Amino acid sequence: MPKTAPAHPQSAAAISSSTTTQRIPRFKLTPAALTVVLSLVAIGAVVLFMTFDLKGNLGYIVPRRAIKVSAMVLAAVAVGVSTLLFQTVTNNKILTPSIMGFDALYVLLQTVLVFTLGGTAWVTVPESFKFVIEMVLMVVFAGLLYRWLFTGGNRSLHLMLLIGIVFATLFRGVSALLQRLMEPSEYIILQDLFFASFNQVDPGVLGLAGVVVAVASFFAWRMKSTLDVVSLGRDTCISLGVNHRSVVTRVLVICTVLVAASTALVGPVTFFGLLVVSLGYIICRSYKHVWLLPIVCLLGIIALVGGQFLLENIFGFSTALSIVIEFVGGILFIALLLKGSLK
Amino acid sequence: MASPAVTSTDTLHRSSFSAKARSTSSNAVSTYAAESRRTRRALLLGVAVVTLLAVVSMFVGVTDVSLPALLSGDPAAWEIFWISRLPRTAAVILAGMAVAVAGLIMQLMARNKFVEPSMVGTVESATMGILVATIAFPSAALFAKMGIASLFAVAGTWLFLTIINRLPSRNTLLVPLVGIMLGGVIGSITTFFAYRYDLLQTLNTWMIGDFSGVIRGRYELLWIVAAVTAIGYIAADRFTVAGMGADFTTNLGMNYKAIMRLGMTIVALISAIVVTTVGALPFLGLVVPQLVSLFFGDNLRRSAPLTAVTGAGLVLVCDILSRTIRFPYEVPVGMIMSVLGAALFLILLLRSQRKEASRPRA
Repeated sequence: MPKTAPAHPQSAAAISSSTTTQRIPRFKLTPAALTVVLSLVAIGAVVLFMTFDLKGNLGYIVPRRAIKVSAMVLAAVAVGVSTLLFQTVTNNKILTPSIMGFDALYVLLQTVLVFTLGGTAWVTVPESFKFVIEMVLMVVFAGLLYRWLFTGGNRSLHLMLLIGIVFATLFRGVSALLQRLMEPSEYIILQDLFFASFNQVDPGVLGLAGVVVAVASFFAWRMKSTLDVVSLGRDTCISLGVNHRSVVTRVLVICTVLVAASTALVGPVTFFGLLVVSLGYIICRSYKHVWLLPIVCLLGIIALVGGQFLLENIFGFSTALSIVIEFVGGILFIALLLKGSLK
Repeated sequence: MASPAVTSTDTLHRSSFSAKARSTSSNAVSTYAAESRRTRRALLLGVAVVTLLAVVSMFVGVTDVSLPALLSGDPAAWEIFWISRLPRTAAVILAGMAVAVAGLIMQLMARNKFVEPSMVGTVESATMGILVATIAFPSAALFAKMGIASLFAVAGTWLFLTIINRLPSRNTLLVPLVGIMLGGVIGSITTFFAYRYDLLQTLNTWMIGDFSGVIRGRYELLWIVAAVTAIGYIAADRFTVAGMGADFTTNLGMNYKAIMRLGMTIVALISAIVVTTVGALPFLGLVVPQLVSLFFGDNLRRSAPLTAVTGAGLVLVCDILSRTIRFPYEVPVGMIMSVLGAALFLILLLRSQRKEASRPRA
């Protein structure tokens, strides 16, 4: 277990200059204090978002804002937890479910369902039942595909990344092609689902996604000590008596469910998880999931709610947050590659 | 630096090595001659297939243009033929050849088999150039816009080559990853401003290759691409040498920087002109050179014409597919290209990995 909290600032500087850059304690707070501070900031962001410039028909505006904020909070938790778990089991700081094509797979699945069953037939299926079917299919597909990728011994990480990115491209390509081949009326049913947007969230889906995210996060939370061991790497983990394969499988299921929930809620957001988890590792002076999990979620909420607030009220944009995330996340990704955090 | 040169030589000759290994009994000279003959035969066959596909392509379409009608001198049929069919087929062939060769040159310059212009930011930069031109000089002629796009494409390619020169490890798979992300970042900047200026939809038509708008008078700039591709072919040996590394090139008395500049200009010009006239053709420049080198080795002088012919053939097939898959409507060829290309690329990736695994570790 790497000891990460040096007692003295000087020794901290020595560590930072010598080995890993993730361990630099730039913030001199203990993880617990950090969690408290972040919670306060997150609550502040949510309150600000709810109350800023509140006038007009309150009965209309307040519920709308509440739905939007809940969607963002749920998406932040789902993306944050799934990315953190994913990085832990794949034992690296750069893979995320979305880079590996999870959300593209979800979009493809929905497209294929509408394409084969027909839009009208699909519309008549109740929203909640639909969600469950999609979730089950998604877990089966992602389970088969990614278990094959991640448990296949010592594959090169770069190769996996590249395969993931190409898979994502392939899924997006097939979805786009099928969407072109559809009847326009059926396409309309689909198209609303595929844009990262916090504006048109269906309250029914919101409730269902809330339950799913809560359950998945609960299981993730229960696995927190096992995850600390898994983060030491496959071989260490096995020699310490953890059933690596089964943990990976369970984590992949949790990730799949969370990605499906967040994609259903707000559409694909590629780099958001990478941003939040990298930031979490930098400011949290611990590798323990007991701290990492809440900190990553809180950072996600602050970034999404705060970012959306700034974009809407200061810069006057409405839905461009995903573009900003893509930009910053892409630069971070290149920086991580250049720094050689990948071996 | 010695090690990059060694790795690049290794990757460059891996496939020709395996080809040689198949005929260990004959000596090197006769193998070379046999390979040349084999390549020449493949090229002839390729040209024949492309010609056949081109003829098929000219008779596919909503308006009925049949061979008997043309032979009987039906003026309406001939008009469609001259205005739409012939230009379209010509554009498909020109773009397919050029993009495949641009990918080949890019792979040599980056000393990496997994990159192509649309993967390393060149195409995205060209698109950004078009956006800048559209916003800053809305009334400029297409030619001027294309010039701006080419400048941006050169800058983007240069940026990519600069970044990969600073990578801590020159891992074969790291280079394309950096390229993809760089393309993503450039693309997001473009999207951001396109969104602000309400040009997102216009932008999307550039990003997806589509030949449906090609008629006489709208594609002629692609002939420039043919000329540029020819220059690339003439300079082929230089790129092969440059692919061995800067020190090696300098030792042979050649100007490494000048060769790289030439290569960047060729790649950028081809990307910019193809993007502005028909849109992006994803994976084409990646898959075709890989397939050709898989079967015919890495002698660029020999494989460049084959790459061009295979590229043209692949785009012709995709274009015919795009027009027939949902007849009488048309699907943009870029979409078919991206599905087919991504699938082929995945196969190549997994194949290369299997080969890596089965090879004894040195």
